[in-house]
Amino acid sequence: MTYLPNILFAIALIVGIGYFAKNVKRLIRNIKLGQSIDASDNKAERWRNVALIAFGQSKMVKRPISGILHVIVYVGFIVINLEVLEIIIDGLFGTHRIALNVLPTEVYGSLIGTFEILACLVLISVIIFWIRRNVLKIARFIKREMKGWPKTDGNLILYFEVVLMTLFLVMNASDIEFQSLNSGNVVSQFIAPWFSSLPESTLHLIERGTWWLHILGILVFLNYLYFSKHLHILLAFPNVFYGSLKPKGQFNNLEAVTKEVKLMMDPDADPFAAPAEDTSEEEPAKFGASDVMDLNRVQLLNAYTCTECGRCTSACPANLTGKKLSPRKIMMDTRDRLEEVGKNIDANGGVFKDDGKQLLGDYITNEELWACTTCNACVEECPVSINPLSIILDMRRYLVMEQSAAPSDLNNMMSNIENNGAPWPYNQMDRLNWADE
Amino acid sequence: MTVKTMAEFMAEGKQPEILFWVGSAGSYDDRAKKITKAFVKILNAANVDFAVLGQEESSTGDVAKRAGNEFLFQMQAVMNIELLNGYEIKKIVTCDPHSYNCIKNEYPSLGGVYEVYHHTQYIKELISSGRLSIDADTYKGKRITFHDPCYLGRANSEYDAPRDILVKTKANLVEMKRHKRTALCCGAGGAQMFKEPEKGDKDVNILRTEDALETKPNIIATGCPYCNTMMTDGVKNKEKEDEIAVLDVAELIANSLDN
Ligand code: SF4
Ligand code: SF4
Repeated sequence: MTYLPNILFAIALIVGIGYFAKNVKRLIRNIKLGQSIDASDNKAERWRNVALIAFGQSKMVKRPISGILHVIVYVGFIVINLEVLEIIIDGLFGTHRIALNVLPTEVYGSLIGTFEILACLVLISVIIFWIRRNVLKIARFIKREMKGWPKTDGNLILYFEVVLMTLFLVMNASDIEFQSLNSGNVVSQFIAPWFSSLPESTLHLIERGTWWLHILGILVFLNYLYFSKHLHILLAFPNVFYGSLKPKGQFNNLEAVTKEVKLMMDPDADPFAAPAEDTSEEEPAKFGASDVMDLNRVQLLNAYTCTECGRCTSACPANLTGKKLSPRKIMMDTRDRLEEVGKNIDANGGVFKDDGKQLLGDYITNEELWACTTCNACVEECPVSINPLSIILDMRRYLVMEQSAAPSDLNNMMSNIENNGAPWPYNQMDRLNWADE
Repeated sequence: MTVKTMAEFMAEGKQPEILFWVGSAGSYDDRAKKITKAFVKILNAANVDFAVLGQEESSTGDVAKRAGNEFLFQMQAVMNIELLNGYEIKKIVTCDPHSYNCIKNEYPSLGGVYEVYHHTQYIKELISSGRLSIDADTYKGKRITFHDPCYLGRANSEYDAPRDILVKTKANLVEMKRHKRTALCCGAGGAQMFKEPEKGDKDVNILRTEDALETKPNIIATGCPYCNTMMTDGVKNKEKEDEIAVLDVAELIANSLDN
């Protein structure tokens, strides 16, 4: 009978972690629906970026207020989770504050003391975050794409943090043994008096109750991640690792196009030659992207990593001047469509069944795509190295090369280039006239 | 003004020090041609032996690429690369950040590998090597704000060269609230120059002009022919064209040469 809590705990742990693992598997499968891309170069620089941008949050603090508050919550999150280690061991073996058996009281006290202070700082930061979203209504949090779930999601996480931090502090405050150590209860000693009138057995119940809720809360949180923008807690690291190292202005040259252009320009190629019989089983290359499977894996990883912070959108010249384009929405749409495709695959025994929908048109409109100035402001702003512009470009490529669906002005511009080597209808023979004018 | 073409250099059996890539705007657009000529004046003042491609030059394909037409881009690129490699060009300078970015970053994997400079970078080099000196006080004490071109700044992380040479004119450099990595686009990039904007509540160049006007400048300095057009239109829209000039860095430097 005495083992019941241990067993219940083990079951909770297995269910919580097991369900999470299942979602991680689904996530990896979905990302692999994308085209493979080689990012095996410059390992050293990639790790450096992970250290600076992901761990060091160097780009977060470019906007100091939200940046510093975020660093507090982030450090708090990581450090306080050390406590979870102890909770897991205690839970499985029925011990109580096992670390006290290993560590000298003062060391244990200073550890828990640090956790308590951090918990307080996290609480304060989270409250400020909530005010920024709901009272100050900072512009980037109330854009068109931030209605419904994204808005709820943004607040839910804050409530989560408040509950978890409060549970942690109350757990310490109602722990008579811990309070009597009088070491490390920097914050909880002020909460403890509120409970002092309660009988010991009630106190014990509160302590146990908060202990259980705390660990269950963490397991719920872990499983909430997959459905939330908070996936970035985990994905920011690989995402930054795989981020482009090239100058931002360098757009990739499509290899499939290079092949065809080489063929066309090759003076030795016989234009009348019959196509070779068994060219290969390869499908003819599709130029650009109309759906998530046409994007590459880094672009799909980008979509899952997006924190929906809207820093990109708040710097986007198109969005700032009232156009429909929002780089954040591009990322959110890509993720939503990818999830839809993933569910389709799950429902159809592992294969995708055409659902008559695609990313282009059903999620992202031509109007949004054509409003982009390719200025890279979104790429520069993103704190986790996401590149919304690369998706916009790939979809423009599809519109132009597969559908000839460019705005007519652009078609004129392009035929001018074809005919006379300039985007305007001037004669190429007049190129040097300026020198004589 | 006498400008020698690569074909002429070739005929003489000589190689120029640099190839000046004029670009489509610089060749045909009336406003941009003035920038081209200002840069030639600078090259001459520094005794740089330069060539242009003249009638052989063709669009880099940059704007086609950004519009999504990768075919047209690569056709243009392969054609230009064949020409440049045929002339054994090593060093290219251009006043157009779009050409600069395209030739520097997107030509190499198609076989065109060159040392490419934006004109502000090249002018900076001419000054620091002592070949060019800026002595006139034309702009002394004038308030100048520099608008970063996206394809020089964010795209290639060059924020200093234009500023370093602008201070040589003894002007008073003032920054807009959005500058360097947070600079706002002028609205012309990504092929927007050649189409009507999508529906919105403002044009991008107006918003950017407002950024510039906040600094109370005498001059808005640009480093790109398209930015120049956009900012000039913006200043006209605000009816400030009599008070505020929009000039390329090359023009400001050319007007500050002591001769
Ligand atoms: S690159 Fe396009 S989407 Fe990104 S900020 Fe510039 S205009 Fe907006
Ligand atoms: S793409 Fe980056 S900057 Fe934009 S909302 Fe997502 S995380 Fe924020």
